[in-house]
Amino acid sequence: MAADPAAAPGRPTDSTHHGRRVVIAWLVLSAIATPLVAIYVGPHIPPGNASVQAEGQTFDNQVMTAFVTPVLCLMAVFFGYGLILFRARRSETILDGPPIRDDPRIRLLWIVITSAMVLFLAGFGTYELLKDGAGGGQGPNPIAQPAGYRSAFQVQVVGQQWQFTYRYPSLGGMESNSLLLPANTLVELHITSLDVVHSFWAVELGLKADANPGVDNVVYVKTKKPTTFHVRCAELCGLWHGYMFNNGRVVSSAQFASWAAQEQKIYASIKPFMDKSPADGGAPYAHTYLPEPTRRAG
Amino acid sequence: MTMTEAAAAPSPPLWRRLLGFNLLTAIVLGVGGWYIGWYGAHKIVAPSLDYFGDIDYNELSVYFAYIGGVLGFLVGLGFLNYPVRRLLGYPPSLREKETAGWTRYFGLCTDHKVVGIQYLWGIGLFFFIGGLNAMLIRTELLSPHHQAFPAGTYLTIVGIHGTMMMGIMTSGILGPFANYLIPIMIGARRMAFPRIEALTFWLLMAAGAVLTTTVFFGGFPTGWTGYAPLATESNPGLDNYVIFFALVGLSMTLLGLNMIATILTMRAPGLTWTRLPIFVWGVLSTAVLMVLAAPVLIATLGMVALDRTAQTTFFIPAAGGSNYLYENLFWIFGHPEVYVLALPGFAIVLELLPVFARKPLWGYRLAVAGLLGVSLLSWFVWQHHLFVSGINGDLRGFYMLSTELISIPTGLTFLCGMMTLWRGNIRFTVPMLFVLAWFFNFLIGGLSGVFLSDVPSDVTTHGSFFSMAHFHYTIMGGLVFTFFAAIYYWVPKMTGWQLNERLGKIHFWSMFLFFNLTFAPLFAVGFLGQPRRTPVYPNGLQFLNDWVSISAFCLGASMLVFLFNLVWSLAFVKKPAGANPWASRSIEFQLPSPVPVHNFDRIPVFSGDPYGYGEGPIPSLVPAGSPAGRE
Amino acid sequence: MRVGVKLLLVAVVVVAAGVIIGFYVSNLTTLAGSPTYSVPVEKTGAHPVVNLELQTVAAVGPQLSRNPDWVSYLVKDSSSGQWKRETVWDLPAHATIHVTIFNFDGASGLRNPYYGRAQGMVGNRVLVDGKPTTAVDPNEASHTFAVPALGIILAIPGVADDAKNQCGYAPCALAHAHRTIKFTFHTTTPGHFRWQCFVPCAAGWIDGFGGPMQTIGYMDGFLNVKA
Repeated sequence: MAADPAAAPGRPTDSTHHGRRVVIAWLVLSAIATPLVAIYVGPHIPPGNASVQAEGQTFDNQVMTAFVTPVLCLMAVFFGYGLILFRARRSETILDGPPIRDDPRIRLLWIVITSAMVLFLAGFGTYELLKDGAGGGQGPNPIAQPAGYRSAFQVQVVGQQWQFTYRYPSLGGMESNSLLLPANTLVELHITSLDVVHSFWAVELGLKADANPGVDNVVYVKTKKPTTFHVRCAELCGLWHGYMFNNGRVVSSAQFASWAAQEQKIYASIKPFMDKSPADGGAPYAHTYLPEPTRRAG
Repeated sequence: MTMTEAAAAPSPPLWRRLLGFNLLTAIVLGVGGWYIGWYGAHKIVAPSLDYFGDIDYNELSVYFAYIGGVLGFLVGLGFLNYPVRRLLGYPPSLREKETAGWTRYFGLCTDHKVVGIQYLWGIGLFFFIGGLNAMLIRTELLSPHHQAFPAGTYLTIVGIHGTMMMGIMTSGILGPFANYLIPIMIGARRMAFPRIEALTFWLLMAAGAVLTTTVFFGGFPTGWTGYAPLATESNPGLDNYVIFFALVGLSMTLLGLNMIATILTMRAPGLTWTRLPIFVWGVLSTAVLMVLAAPVLIATLGMVALDRTAQTTFFIPAAGGSNYLYENLFWIFGHPEVYVLALPGFAIVLELLPVFARKPLWGYRLAVAGLLGVSLLSWFVWQHHLFVSGINGDLRGFYMLSTELISIPTGLTFLCGMMTLWRGNIRFTVPMLFVLAWFFNFLIGGLSGVFLSDVPSDVTTHGSFFSMAHFHYTIMGGLVFTFFAAIYYWVPKMTGWQLNERLGKIHFWSMFLFFNLTFAPLFAVGFLGQPRRTPVYPNGLQFLNDWVSISAFCLGASMLVFLFNLVWSLAFVKKPAGANPWASRSIEFQLPSPVPVHNFDRIPVFSGDPYGYGEGPIPSLVPAGSPAGRE
Repeated sequence: MRVGVKLLLVAVVVVAAGVIIGFYVSNLTTLAGSPTYSVPVEKTGAHPVVNLELQTVAAVGPQLSRNPDWVSYLVKDSSSGQWKRETVWDLPAHATIHVTIFNFDGASGLRNPYYGRAQGMVGNRVLVDGKPTTAVDPNEASHTFAVPALGIILAIPGVADDAKNQCGYAPCALAHAHRTIKFTFHTTTPGHFRWQCFVPCAAGWIDGFGGPMQTIGYMDGFLNVKA
């Protein structure tokens, strides 16, 4: 079936305004699909509304999903239309199509539209990011600090192989296995690691910050109503990386206070050791830790 | 001996060839070299390093062993023959310039077409090994808490899958197809550096062998990214990973250099930059990235190796190093690396569309600008992998913008492809089906990339299965699909035999269907909170994970259809393909199938690009009255 | 080449590939894993009682491992009295587990001193050489036994550096210098719970967490709580 391309006659150009048809079909499809997506898919988009940061991320994701829908519609209409209408008819000779090599208007239109879309997305994302940090770790010198950050409730998340533990400096440096946060409070989390790189991911609260050894990674969250959330490690840290998870809770202030009292009782017997200086094997509250790499004597 | 005399000389008997410099000898010498390195390091180096005494192995031995092995392997293949013979005053042996015989494929051969075919099989082999590990990963993930493999072994399997695929598929298109086609497309008889070309192939094979043996050394727990503080405390299996990427990096750098030198200096008369096939532009833009990015990887992993053996502390914070150093250096390589994977896909799509739409490539200069733009911008985006790592907050806005911007040149490829199809006369052959699937897959991959490039959205999805689905859609959906398009399109030219079309269509549809069934749900899985590289997950996600696993097994099975087609058509049926099965105007299809040893009888003179569909007959290769080119 | 020969070659390649793949996969399922020890139930019924005896050693020895200088946990097989290097233990659900750990290893010190506080077992305290202790001095910690999903944490103090008659290669006899730790905990629902040591006791690795610390069968394992 090897036809000689030299002899292939051109297919007659037809004057139907295919382009116009595609554009109209696309506009109609987008006008239907985008609201449908926004109304029916939108509310299910993670991470949900358990914290102000999570709400911001969810809004961001919803806007982008709605933004992406017309793009998908365009591709669907274009390819659906084009692949059907411009199919080669079954024949022995292979016919060539019209030798169209360029169209300056389409070039310009495409570049302008794609650039505008991209710049809008970048601007929108930057705005959302700078509002309150969007739940992402900002390093030791955060620049996107929510209102009232100076009096935020401080919690330190310590990552080690292979468990997260949590320190509360305002409760006498108390450390605990469980992460409880008071409701309706701006919390400033300081994430650090004692060994390799981990990543603290509080799924429903929309927080993710890498735990780097010897570095303080600050992330803000404004909690809302009492709820439970999952904490997972999101950076491969070795053997039990997949098992490095626990459940955290956001509880009312009263419950938080009673929990804190209970935990402090348990903590009391290890506190004297914790408060010693690092040279004596202690770990008094500090934003970063650089423990000795090897502690084996001899 | 001239080339003609060497070609005409009778080839030595089989037993003589078995004893010569070939793959068999190379394996023997490689194993020997391995043991020399291993025991040499133990005897010479180890006794004085008593701080290794507690841990029962000598890190340096592993490195010396594998370096010795690779050197033995390369010597056995005959790479030192030419320099050593010349140094000793003998004429070169020219065995490497043999022009016939199946044994050429199992040794050092400087015919670029042989190297291309060697690459195709070699990459295919390691692609299947990587794919096997992927099937094992999905087996583990069938159950939320039952362990098919011990936890540490699971991480090794994940690591081997990722590392093998990333290392091998970077040369996935440039290796087989650029090596075979670039000289032909530019009207040359060979590449600029033929022996280096062969070296890049054998380095890659040695690398693949090194990586598969990591299980004997305890594997490695870091995944393909090899993050540093964890890498420093890993088992010796991590040294296999380091050596693998060092060899791959070397192979990539040399391959890229060869491509650039060839394209820049060996184009035939009349082949101006605006007449180059778009595939050549794609190869050029990829080669530039390879040459610049791969050395960064080699240097970074060299630092990891030093940390592990020589007690340096580049990446150990407690002793003054930093994990950020590793992360940034790795991703400065890592991001251009993924464009090394993606760009050849773009090039193949744009190269094949005109043939099967019977229209010229629309917006040629725009397409070139798109390829070069992606290549350039890929250097400015790497910190989007580090958005939540605690990098300086000011940087995140910049990298969000640069990452979003890279979708503009990517969009140009879409535009040129779509407008080429527009009003065309489309034939749905098997290569065309794979090319069309690229549009679908890369669109989803690209749009999910838009989510990931937006920092607040990235906080939701970084390190989760969402990002995994994104890169599988772009790399597998983009590169691997075009890899198969290239195979179906060019293998008839390379071998002279047709591939069965019905089996090809079965392969395509099953692969396309199961690929999407496998990776689309992973976006949801990631959104719902499952991190990457974890063997356990919440019970509620079991349904989705099982769906993905079963689809993945079916995807693996579709590859077997392809394998069957390959063996069946090329070894048993052997239906001749003819010179131009696709009625293409491109120059390689104006030559016989398979392409003769010296490519052209006379060096062609170009008068236009290969996309003149509908503009008249194909100009002859060497117009009457043209200057007498090389014989 | 004749068709028959070609078919044979293809068949040989397919079979060889199958054998290699089968070997690889079956090897992987046991690599860096541990056989399971089913802890016998002392008292059956609705609330079973189980005794678990463990020892932690500084060097596991060539008979029990290819890495003779690695630290490790060993479990006593109560039927034979032999010490085995198995760290995956089957336990009954809703049971009371009495654990005794004999530690023959010296102190390394905890990286995070918080793990010195005993939690998650009955009374939130352990018996160290017979004395009830709620918090072990983190500098004296030699190993820990922790089951994070069940909230169990305890540090195991080490043998003094100048103690006489220290154990060399495992298994270690009680005549050697050792510390004894006893505690009791309850299992509830069935499940698959991992346990690990938190002391960076893997000598020779820069972080102390390499080698045995990240290999199941040495300093990591599972509790298979079965109904």
